[in-house]
Amino acid sequence: MVPTEYYVILSAILFGLGVFAFIFKRNVITIFMSIELMLNAVNLAFVAFSQALGKLDGQVFVLFVIVVAAAEAAVGLGIIILIARNRQTLNVERVDLLKL
Amino acid sequence: MTAPLIVFFVLAALAVIGAISLILQKHPIHSALSLIVVMVALAGLYLLMGAEFVAAVQIIVYGGAIMVLFVFVIMLLNAGVEEHTSLSKIAGPPGLLLVLALAAFVAATIAKSGASVEAARQTGALSSTKGISEMVFKDFVYPFELTSFLILVAILGAVVLAQREKS
Repeated sequence: MVPTEYYVILSAILFGLGVFAFIFKRNVITIFMSIELMLNAVNLAFVAFSQALGKLDGQVFVLFVIVVAAAEAAVGLGIIILIARNRQTLNVERVDLLKL
Repeated sequence: MTAPLIVFFVLAALAVIGAISLILQKHPIHSALSLIVVMVALAGLYLLMGAEFVAAVQIIVYGGAIMVLFVFVIMLLNAGVEEHTSLSKIAGPPGLLLVLALAAFVAATIAKSGASVEAARQTGALSSTKGISEMVFKDFVYPFELTSFLILVAILGAVVLAQREKS
Protein backbone atom coordinates (compact mmCIF):
# COMPACT_ATOMS: atom_id res chain seq x y z
CA MET A 1 0.00 0.00 0.00
CA VAL A 2 1.51 3.31 -1.08
CA PRO A 3 0.91 6.14 1.44
CA THR A 4 -1.55 8.80 0.27
CA GLU A 5 0.97 11.57 0.99
CA TYR A 6 3.24 10.24 -1.79
CA TYR A 7 0.46 10.62 -4.33
CA VAL A 8 -0.42 14.12 -3.11
CA ILE A 9 3.23 15.21 -3.20
CA LEU A 10 3.59 13.84 -6.75
CA SER A 11 0.41 15.73 -7.63
CA ALA A 12 1.89 18.95 -6.17
CA ILE A 13 5.13 18.45 -8.14
CA LEU A 14 3.23 17.90 -11.40
CA PHE A 15 1.01 20.92 -10.72
CA GLY A 16 4.09 23.08 -10.06
CA LEU A 17 5.72 21.92 -13.28
CA GLY A 18 2.46 22.75 -15.09
CA VAL A 19 2.43 26.27 -13.61
CA PHE A 20 6.07 26.77 -14.59
CA ALA A 21 5.40 25.56 -18.14
CA PHE A 22 2.42 27.94 -18.30
CA ILE A 23 4.65 30.89 -17.31
CA PHE A 24 7.73 29.92 -19.31
CA LYS A 25 6.48 28.57 -22.63
CA ARG A 26 5.73 30.98 -25.47
CA ASN A 27 3.77 28.80 -27.87
CA VAL A 28 -0.03 28.96 -27.45
CA ILE A 29 -0.44 25.23 -28.02
CA THR A 30 2.23 24.34 -25.43
CA ILE A 31 0.65 26.73 -22.92
CA PHE A 32 -2.63 24.94 -23.52
CA MET A 33 -0.90 21.60 -22.92
CA SER A 34 0.46 22.85 -19.59
CA ILE A 35 -3.13 23.57 -18.52
CA GLU A 36 -3.94 19.94 -19.30
CA LEU A 37 -0.94 18.91 -17.19
CA MET A 38 -2.29 20.91 -14.23
CA LEU A 39 -5.74 19.31 -14.64
CA ASN A 40 -4.08 15.89 -14.63
CA ALA A 41 -2.21 16.72 -11.42
CA VAL A 42 -5.48 17.70 -9.74
CA ASN A 43 -7.12 14.47 -10.96
CA LEU A 44 -4.33 12.48 -9.33
CA ALA A 45 -5.00 14.20 -5.99
CA PHE A 46 -8.75 13.51 -6.38
CA VAL A 47 -8.22 9.78 -6.94
CA ALA A 48 -5.64 9.58 -4.13
CA PHE A 49 -8.04 11.11 -1.59
CA SER A 50 -10.91 8.99 -2.93
CA GLN A 51 -8.81 5.90 -2.22
CA ALA A 52 -7.66 7.19 1.18
CA LEU A 53 -11.18 7.97 2.38
CA GLY A 54 -12.73 4.83 0.92
CA LYS A 55 -15.34 6.86 -0.97
CA LEU A 56 -15.95 7.08 -4.71
CA ASP A 57 -16.93 10.77 -4.90
CA GLY A 58 -13.39 11.72 -5.94
CA GLN A 59 -13.42 9.36 -8.89
CA VAL A 60 -16.80 10.70 -10.07
CA PHE A 61 -15.35 14.22 -9.93
CA VAL A 62 -12.37 13.06 -12.00
CA LEU A 63 -14.83 11.96 -14.69
CA PHE A 64 -16.43 15.42 -14.68
CA VAL A 65 -12.99 17.08 -14.84
CA ILE A 66 -12.11 14.94 -17.85
CA VAL A 67 -15.37 15.89 -19.58
CA VAL A 68 -14.75 19.60 -18.96
CA ALA A 69 -11.15 19.22 -20.17
CA ALA A 70 -12.36 17.62 -23.40
CA ALA A 71 -14.86 20.44 -24.01
CA GLU A 72 -12.18 23.01 -23.16
CA ALA A 73 -9.70 21.39 -25.57
CA ALA A 74 -12.24 21.47 -28.41
CA VAL A 75 -13.13 25.16 -27.93
CA GLY A 76 -9.56 26.24 -27.07
CA LEU A 77 -8.03 24.61 -30.11
CA GLY A 78 -10.73 26.25 -32.27
CA ILE A 79 -9.65 29.61 -30.83
CA ILE A 80 -5.97 28.75 -31.49
CA ILE A 81 -6.78 27.97 -35.13
CA LEU A 82 -8.49 31.39 -35.38
CA ILE A 83 -5.48 33.15 -33.82
CA ALA A 84 -3.11 31.41 -36.21
CA ARG A 85 -5.31 32.32 -39.16
CA ASN A 86 -5.68 36.00 -38.23
CA ARG A 87 -2.20 36.76 -36.84
CA GLN A 88 -0.05 34.22 -38.75
CA THR A 89 1.79 33.35 -35.53
CA LEU A 90 1.50 31.04 -32.52
CA ASN A 91 3.79 33.10 -30.29
CA VAL A 92 1.79 34.68 -27.46
CA GLU A 93 4.02 37.76 -27.45
CA ARG A 94 2.91 38.58 -30.98
CA VAL A 95 -0.75 38.37 -29.99
CA ASP A 96 -0.92 41.80 -28.35
CA LEU A 97 -3.97 43.49 -29.88
CA LEU A 98 -5.19 44.66 -26.46
CA LYS A 99 -1.83 46.27 -25.62
CA LEU A 100 -1.62 50.01 -26.07
CA MET B 1 10.54 -1.92 -0.29
CA THR B 2 7.35 -3.61 -1.40
CA ALA B 3 6.27 -4.18 -4.99
CA PRO B 4 3.53 -1.46 -5.09
CA LEU B 5 6.02 1.08 -3.80
CA ILE B 6 8.52 0.20 -6.54
CA VAL B 7 5.79 0.48 -9.21
CA PHE B 8 4.77 3.83 -7.71
CA PHE B 9 8.28 5.24 -7.85
CA VAL B 10 8.86 4.04 -11.43
CA LEU B 11 5.56 5.58 -12.63
CA ALA B 12 6.10 8.77 -10.61
CA ALA B 13 9.59 9.21 -12.08
CA LEU B 14 8.15 8.64 -15.56
CA ALA B 15 5.47 11.29 -14.96
CA VAL B 16 7.91 13.88 -13.58
CA ILE B 17 10.45 13.25 -16.37
CA GLY B 18 7.65 13.62 -18.93
CA ALA B 19 6.54 16.92 -17.37
CA ILE B 20 10.12 18.28 -17.32
CA SER B 21 10.54 17.15 -20.92
CA LEU B 22 7.35 19.07 -21.82
CA ILE B 23 9.07 22.24 -20.54
CA LEU B 24 12.48 21.61 -22.10
CA GLN B 25 11.38 20.52 -25.58
CA LYS B 26 11.47 23.33 -28.12
CA HIS B 27 9.09 21.82 -30.67
CA PRO B 28 5.35 21.59 -29.76
CA ILE B 29 5.00 18.07 -31.18
CA HIS B 30 7.74 16.84 -28.82
CA SER B 31 5.96 18.55 -25.92
CA ALA B 32 2.72 16.81 -26.92
CA LEU B 33 4.44 13.40 -26.97
CA SER B 34 5.95 14.12 -23.52
CA LEU B 35 2.46 14.96 -22.22
CA ILE B 36 1.20 11.60 -23.52
CA VAL B 37 3.95 9.90 -21.46
CA VAL B 38 2.72 11.79 -18.35
CA MET B 39 -0.88 10.74 -19.00
CA VAL B 40 -0.04 7.06 -19.49
CA ALA B 41 2.05 7.09 -16.30
CA LEU B 42 -0.87 8.65 -14.42
CA ALA B 43 -3.19 5.96 -15.81
CA GLY B 44 -0.79 3.37 -14.37
CA LEU B 45 -0.95 5.13 -11.00
CA TYR B 46 -4.78 5.03 -11.11
CA LEU B 47 -4.59 1.27 -11.74
CA LEU B 48 -2.23 0.97 -8.78
CA MET B 49 -4.84 2.72 -6.63
CA GLY B 50 -7.56 0.34 -7.82
CA ALA B 51 -9.39 2.98 -9.89
CA GLU B 52 -9.52 0.91 -13.06
CA PHE B 53 -12.44 2.78 -14.66
CA VAL B 54 -10.71 6.15 -14.26
CA ALA B 55 -7.51 4.61 -15.68
CA ALA B 56 -9.37 3.38 -18.77
CA VAL B 57 -11.09 6.76 -19.25
CA GLN B 58 -7.74 8.50 -18.81
CA ILE B 59 -6.18 6.44 -21.62
CA ILE B 60 -9.20 6.66 -23.96
CA VAL B 61 -10.21 10.31 -23.49
CA TYR B 62 -6.93 12.02 -22.56
CA GLY B 63 -4.35 9.82 -24.27
CA GLY B 64 -6.63 9.13 -27.20
CA ALA B 65 -9.08 11.89 -28.01
CA ILE B 66 -7.60 15.07 -26.49
CA MET B 67 -3.97 14.45 -27.42
CA VAL B 68 -4.92 13.39 -30.96
CA LEU B 69 -6.76 16.74 -31.21
CA PHE B 70 -3.60 18.53 -30.06
CA VAL B 71 -1.37 16.67 -32.52
CA PHE B 72 -3.88 17.36 -35.31
CA VAL B 73 -3.84 21.10 -34.58
CA ILE B 74 -0.03 21.20 -34.34
CA MET B 75 0.25 19.52 -37.74
CA LEU B 76 -2.60 21.57 -39.25
CA LEU B 77 -0.96 24.86 -38.25
CA ASN B 78 2.52 23.58 -39.09
CA ALA B 79 3.76 24.87 -35.71
CA GLY B 80 7.50 25.35 -35.71
CA VAL B 81 10.18 25.65 -33.05
CA GLU B 82 9.16 28.18 -30.42
CA GLU B 83 11.11 31.41 -30.23
CA HIS B 84 12.08 33.12 -27.01
CA THR B 85 12.60 36.86 -26.84
CA SER B 86 14.81 38.46 -24.19
CA LEU B 87 11.67 39.46 -22.25
CA SER B 88 10.45 35.87 -22.04
CA LYS B 89 13.92 34.66 -21.01
CA ILE B 90 13.94 36.87 -17.91
CA ALA B 91 10.49 35.49 -17.01
CA GLY B 92 12.17 32.13 -16.23
CA PRO B 93 13.86 32.77 -12.84
CA PRO B 94 10.92 34.64 -11.23
CA GLY B 95 8.59 31.93 -12.53
CA LEU B 96 10.78 29.23 -10.99
CA LEU B 97 10.78 31.10 -7.66
CA LEU B 98 6.99 31.42 -7.78
CA VAL B 99 6.59 27.71 -8.50
CA LEU B 100 8.98 26.77 -5.67
CA ALA B 101 6.97 28.96 -3.28
CA LEU B 102 3.75 27.24 -4.43
CA ALA B 103 5.29 23.77 -3.99
CA ALA B 104 6.59 24.69 -0.52
CA PHE B 105 3.14 25.94 0.47
CA VAL B 106 1.46 22.75 -0.74
CA ALA B 107 4.09 20.58 0.98
CA ALA B 108 3.65 22.49 4.27
CA THR B 109 -0.13 22.06 4.06
CA ILE B 110 0.24 18.33 3.42
CA ALA B 111 2.69 17.98 6.32
CA LYS B 112 0.21 19.71 8.63
CA SER B 113 -2.84 17.72 7.50
CA GLY B 114 -1.11 14.34 7.14
CA ALA B 115 -2.40 13.10 10.48
CA SER B 116 -6.06 13.81 9.71
CA VAL B 117 -5.84 11.99 6.36
CA GLU B 118 -4.26 9.04 8.14
CA ALA B 119 -7.10 9.00 10.69
CA ALA B 120 -9.82 9.02 8.05
CA ARG B 121 -8.33 6.13 6.10
CA GLN B 122 -10.55 3.11 5.77
CA THR B 123 -9.56 -0.26 4.45
CA GLY B 124 -11.81 -2.26 2.24
CA ALA B 125 -11.81 -2.91 -1.47
CA LEU B 126 -13.99 -0.59 -3.52
CA SER B 127 -15.86 -2.11 -6.38
CA SER B 128 -15.08 1.00 -8.30
CA THR B 129 -16.77 0.68 -11.72
CA LYS B 130 -20.09 -0.48 -10.29
CA GLY B 131 -19.93 2.11 -7.52
CA ILE B 132 -19.06 4.92 -9.93
CA SER B 133 -21.93 4.05 -12.27
CA GLU B 134 -24.36 3.99 -9.36
CA MET B 135 -23.15 7.38 -8.14
CA VAL B 136 -23.14 8.99 -11.61
CA PHE B 137 -26.66 7.87 -12.43
CA LYS B 138 -28.19 8.39 -8.96
CA ASP B 139 -26.45 11.03 -6.83
CA PHE B 140 -24.84 13.01 -9.67
CA VAL B 141 -27.48 12.61 -12.35
CA TYR B 142 -28.12 16.38 -12.79
CA PRO B 143 -24.43 17.31 -13.10
CA PHE B 144 -24.08 14.37 -15.51
CA GLU B 145 -26.88 15.71 -17.71
CA LEU B 146 -25.34 19.18 -17.53
CA THR B 147 -22.03 17.82 -18.85
CA SER B 148 -23.80 16.42 -21.91
CA PHE B 149 -25.22 19.90 -22.50
CA LEU B 150 -21.74 21.39 -22.01
CA ILE B 151 -20.30 19.04 -24.63
CA LEU B 152 -23.08 19.99 -27.06
CA VAL B 153 -22.24 23.69 -26.58
CA ALA B 154 -18.51 22.92 -27.00
CA ILE B 155 -19.17 21.07 -30.27
CA LEU B 156 -21.17 24.03 -31.63
CA GLY B 157 -18.51 26.47 -30.44
CA ALA B 158 -15.67 24.52 -32.03
CA VAL B 159 -17.53 24.22 -35.35
CA VAL B 160 -18.41 27.95 -35.42
CA LEU B 161 -14.88 29.02 -34.45
CA ALA B 162 -12.96 26.80 -36.85
CA GLN B 163 -15.31 27.43 -39.78
CA ARG B 164 -13.65 29.11 -42.73
CA GLU B 165 -15.17 32.53 -43.37
CA LYS B 166 -17.27 32.86 -46.49
CA SER B 167 -16.07 35.78 -48.55
